[in-house]
Amino acid sequence: MQALVIAAHGSHLNPNASDPTYAHADTVRETGAFDEVREAFWKEEPHFREVIRTLESDEVFVVPLFISEGYFTEQVIPRELRLEGWEPEKWGSDGTNASQVTLEVGDAAKTVHYCGPVGTHDAMTDVIVQRAQSVTGDPDVGEGVGLAVVGHGTERNENSAKAIEYHTERIRQRGRFEKVKALFMDEEPEVDDVTEFFGNEARIASDRSNGQRQCDDIVVVPLFIADGYHTQEDIPEDMGLTEDYRLGWEVPADVDGHWIWYAGAVGTEGLMADVILERAADAGADIGGALETDVTSSDDRGHRSETETEPGTDTGTGMGD
Amino acid sequence: MTIATATFESLLAAADAESGIEFDGLRIEQTGKNEYALETPETERTGLEADALRQALEPLAAYVTNWWYWRESVGGEGTARRAFLRWCERAPLALEERDAETGATDEDALTVSERYTALRDGIDRKWGQLCVTARLDDDGDDGDNGDEPTGERVYDCWHVDDADTDLTDLKVYDDPRDARKLSTHDEDGRYRPLKTAPTLRSGWAFTGLSGDELVETVGFFYPATVANWHRERRGTLDVDHWLETAERQTGIYDVVEDLPREAVAWMADACCVDSQCLRRREWQYEEGDDLDVDGGDGAFTCREPCSLVIAAARKWTILESEAEHTYELELTTSERNQLEELIDAVAEGRTDEIREADVNDGANRFRARYLRAKRFDEDGNLEATRVDE
Repeated sequence: MQALVIAAHGSHLNPNASDPTYAHADTVRETGAFDEVREAFWKEEPHFREVIRTLESDEVFVVPLFISEGYFTEQVIPRELRLEGWEPEKWGSDGTNASQVTLEVGDAAKTVHYCGPVGTHDAMTDVIVQRAQSVTGDPDVGEGVGLAVVGHGTERNENSAKAIEYHTERIRQRGRFEKVKALFMDEEPEVDDVTEFFGNEARIASDRSNGQRQCDDIVVVPLFIADGYHTQEDIPEDMGLTEDYRLGWEVPADVDGHWIWYAGAVGTEGLMADVILERAADAGADIGGALETDVTSSDDRGHRSETETEPGTDTGTGMGD
Repeated sequence: MTIATATFESLLAAADAESGIEFDGLRIEQTGKNEYALETPETERTGLEADALRQALEPLAAYVTNWWYWRESVGGEGTARRAFLRWCERAPLALEERDAETGATDEDALTVSERYTALRDGIDRKWGQLCVTARLDDDGDDGDNGDEPTGERVYDCWHVDDADTDLTDLKVYDDPRDARKLSTHDEDGRYRPLKTAPTLRSGWAFTGLSGDELVETVGFFYPATVANWHRERRGTLDVDHWLETAERQTGIYDVVEDLPREAVAWMADACCVDSQCLRRREWQYEEGDDLDVDGGDGAFTCREPCSLVIAAARKWTILESEAEHTYELELTTSERNQLEELIDAVAEGRTDEIREADVNDGANRFRARYLRAKRFDEDGNLEATRVDE
């Protein structure tokens, strides 16, 4: 028997923080690929600490529903799961390319395949593009359209920025969108200035000299796992979609003469379940035909720099808790 | 004919296996070529050929269908799931549960015939605020079996407060995953971050669940309680006391190991008592150093401080790092008493029950507003003078 555990942050304060986790777990359940599927949380129940013992399967695939490698995926989850002999080096990752490591746990006779976070999987690139399609309602969206991938920022979360830049570059190389840009909440380039990066007055000349034209339409996809105060309050206000998040905003919204298509957290996209399945399959899970379409290509990534802090969850409770 | 051919053939195959069958009072052993011994509390027969065995089992069909249900439908020998489902119908303990020195006894266990009688009406068990009913599946009867049940069980699950409520007055569910939504908010619509808080709302019922579905449903209402209960019954529960749990924390929770010992006791008194959580606190300050606070009589074992306790401990660690001071302030005796009433009302979650015009209650809103108007200064602070400067 094989089990899948989706390890997510959860929240003590926001009842909706776990919704995407449950939704993706249900999608995986319905594929029948695993004998058991379990949600586990840092702030909800079952806690990471007690999830393994609830399983009957000998073989357990743990997929962290986090954006990046860092504090949670390297310290908290392995420690709370009691992964024996774990150390971050076992992933052999440069910060964004952890795949999996197979270990025993201290409280049950089971083998755990501890996978890298969903956010750094190549298939995540497709989820971002899918997000752009669903928010615009245009399956061919791209031509003449700008795409901004938004992350928390590097102040506490260096690998989060790496993950965002990684997917941004992959999408850019596909040449589908007029322009693709990684933006951040906490540091340059900031999401506040989104329109400037897509050919606002001051930039048009230089952009044209690069052979790019102004993008009237800009799709903004935040690389967060769940919708919370970052994606539903800070970012919409920072971009000028609305004066006050409580008043809501239009999709698309007119900002400085551009149409901003703001998508909400990418982690809520249904296609995320495929990324979870891909992660488990990469770690050796037999998922049969659960992936109807091959949403990812092989590991074609280059090498980038190291070190990590923590991922871009947005649980509505504040970071790092 | 009351025993299905397929069932009988499985039974024979199991009896032919080396150890024979010994299960819930039914004992069948192969004693020679095509020769069997049969024993139940009611019967003892030897030298039976297969056909005779089948004849002899006819009046004992309950033993056979019981064996079949636990072997084929439930399976999972040694699992928490199986132990829980057996507990649901007061079946005897598994051997390893009896052997453990955990106090788990077979005292209220029912024999197969007692169980089948009881299962026709349904056997009720209480699991926290859940009432779980095990019963024989009426729909499982097929024509060949006449009135005899096939032995398949189904399970119902609802809130203990709805025990006397008619099913038609309850919202009925059959997908275990619906338990997630039902357990997310309390009756007042407040989020329940602690699944074992005694605030599960009522008004719903799950009916006709399979054993697997019941365990899944219970797992959504009270995650990991079945697994830890099973460990406790087998004497293998692993308890992580306060200090070891605190010391392994990192990041913003790194500080909680500095929480003074007496504050850990106040915290347990505040958070880990029966009125706040259905779990029974088994963790202490550290091994051999018990907290002088009752762990409660909760149904579920609490094997380590939960994430809510850790998060609250961080707040209290920071607060307890402050120095104490002496203040001088003026209050009438009644006003002093009123402060106690206010704190009590909040601590007991009683504020919503205080009637609008009940000015005799010190925690009444108008009484509180009056006290604030009288004793707070323009900046909204309680007028008090620090005298130890």
